[in-house]
Amino acid sequence: MPMTVTEKILARHAGKEEVRPGELVNVVCDVVLGNDITAPLAIAEFERTGAGRVFDKSRVLLVPDHFVPNKDIKSAEQAKILRDFARRQELTYRWDVGTMGVEHCLLPEQGLVGPGDLVIGADSHTCTYGGLGAFATGVGSTDLAAAMALGETWLKVPESVKFIYHGAIGPWTGGKDLILHTIGVIGVDGALYQAMEFTGEAVCGLSVEGRLTMANMAVEAGAKNGIVAPDETTRRWVEGRHQRPVAFLASDPDAVYARVYEFDVSGLEPQVAFPHLPSNVRPVSRALDVRIDQAVIGSCTNGRIEDLRLAARVLAGRKVHPDVRLIVIPGTPAVYRQALDEGLTAVFLDAGAAVSTPTCGPCLGGYMGILAKGERSVATTNRNFVGRMGHPESEVYLANPAVAAASAVCGRLADPREVVKDAD
Amino acid sequence: MQTEGRAWRFADNLDTDGIIPARYLNTSDPQELAAHCMEDADPGFASGVAPGDVVVAGANCGCGSSREHAPIALKAAGVGAVIAPTFARIFFRNAFNIGLPILECPEAVAGIEAGDRVRVDFDRGTIQNLTTGREYAARPIPPFMRKIIECGGLINYVRERLEGGSIT
Repeated sequence: MPMTVTEKILARHAGKEEVRPGELVNVVCDVVLGNDITAPLAIAEFERTGAGRVFDKSRVLLVPDHFVPNKDIKSAEQAKILRDFARRQELTYRWDVGTMGVEHCLLPEQGLVGPGDLVIGADSHTCTYGGLGAFATGVGSTDLAAAMALGETWLKVPESVKFIYHGAIGPWTGGKDLILHTIGVIGVDGALYQAMEFTGEAVCGLSVEGRLTMANMAVEAGAKNGIVAPDETTRRWVEGRHQRPVAFLASDPDAVYARVYEFDVSGLEPQVAFPHLPSNVRPVSRALDVRIDQAVIGSCTNGRIEDLRLAARVLAGRKVHPDVRLIVIPGTPAVYRQALDEGLTAVFLDAGAAVSTPTCGPCLGGYMGILAKGERSVATTNRNFVGRMGHPESEVYLANPAVAAASAVCGRLADPREVVKDAD
Repeated sequence: MQTEGRAWRFADNLDTDGIIPARYLNTSDPQELAAHCMEDADPGFASGVAPGDVVVAGANCGCGSSREHAPIALKAAGVGAVIAPTFARIFFRNAFNIGLPILECPEAVAGIEAGDRVRVDFDRGTIQNLTTGREYAARPIPPFMRKIIECGGLINYVRERLEGGSIT
């Protein structure tokens, strides 16, 4: 029976020749993931299982990244639960301030997730790893606890929806714009419970970073997972990096899809999602009259080196608008280091931006850039729900790093082509 | 098993930031979370909700973050059931795993107004609007979920397996 790439990964991890959409399968997990918000609950539930030890200390990955470095006493207590557990269980990988990064930037970079893997994580953006050709999906803390004990979880095989992107996208656009455009068309529940499979010329032309950005926001369309079948670009990324055997799987030509969307994205311009849903999308050229108070560049969506390079290209030799606070948050210490080595950090500092240690921070309204009543932020993050970055009457506009940087310069939502005249 | 109480209405795409804002995720204490439940979606909810009350929401209920704190906050606030036409999948799993009953029923959602008196019978899978006298049949809970519920939740299911139980 022909299968999609998602079905093939699930079948392999269920020990079956084939699986069909709707089928319930018990699967083994290559790695399971938690963070400083979700792990404390999971650890309490894990203790209740009576398992004692985690199923494999090299496959339970706990990353304190959301409110770390600890923002207050309560968050310090939460993170301490994670730290104490990691030490007590002698987990192989232990990250903390100085080595820790935003989990979905950190794990691909360190070669801990890769093509053909099955990953569950108590964080909704676990779906990011689909950009490398893994099946990865978010779960809650109790599911994580069970998987920490058993190394297994149950899943319903999702129907797959195929998205084909024809043509070459325009300048200053990338994975963020493709996924925002897609969510704008299908809506925030447009792929509910389903697998989003991204294919076509425009996706093949993306770097792994751009693909991770696309898969990252699959959950914003309600999807169980997003996936790009691994190719030569993927192979170059994982070689010398991935720590376990990889499986380069592809969908069969006659695989069955619930729906197929075809987009002509020739010359697609940067996209912006207006408050208060990631589906409230319009092209940047129809978004230029919105004054902003803050710009945030970072997060599991756009906190990788390619994102910082893009922002620096816009900011080089320019100043942040006097009424705007620009906060740049490299996703990992390695990204931070590379930004220094490439001179990007100097560009940000010269422009008048703050450059932070890696953290999820403002993306979820934690700290490091909370908005007051009535304030607006453009952000390279993934959600713009009511109150997401601060006061319930503040607003978040989602965009790519070039748009965020151009907006920081102009003091309003801006097209990078307004700022950098010789682009392309 | 039944619940009966007042209906609290919410729109489509009720997200988990709306159910419990991330600024309160520096704790996992259910009562503390309950005190801030729905703070950004309906500021009067936490002080007004009574045990047994029913949240009636629009499509894609519980979308967004995977925070299990969202169903925990609802349960600790006394919510007896959540009814929506569809749920976001992580919220759906979490609610079952922690024992917050949720039901998919578009007809009931269309037929219940804020403040209506609602009774839910989980065994029969029925939702009654006592204010209008209408009764609705919810989509039954699938068998595999019942197995977890029969064990008393996911953690008990795991315990049973680790102790050599027969569940596979």
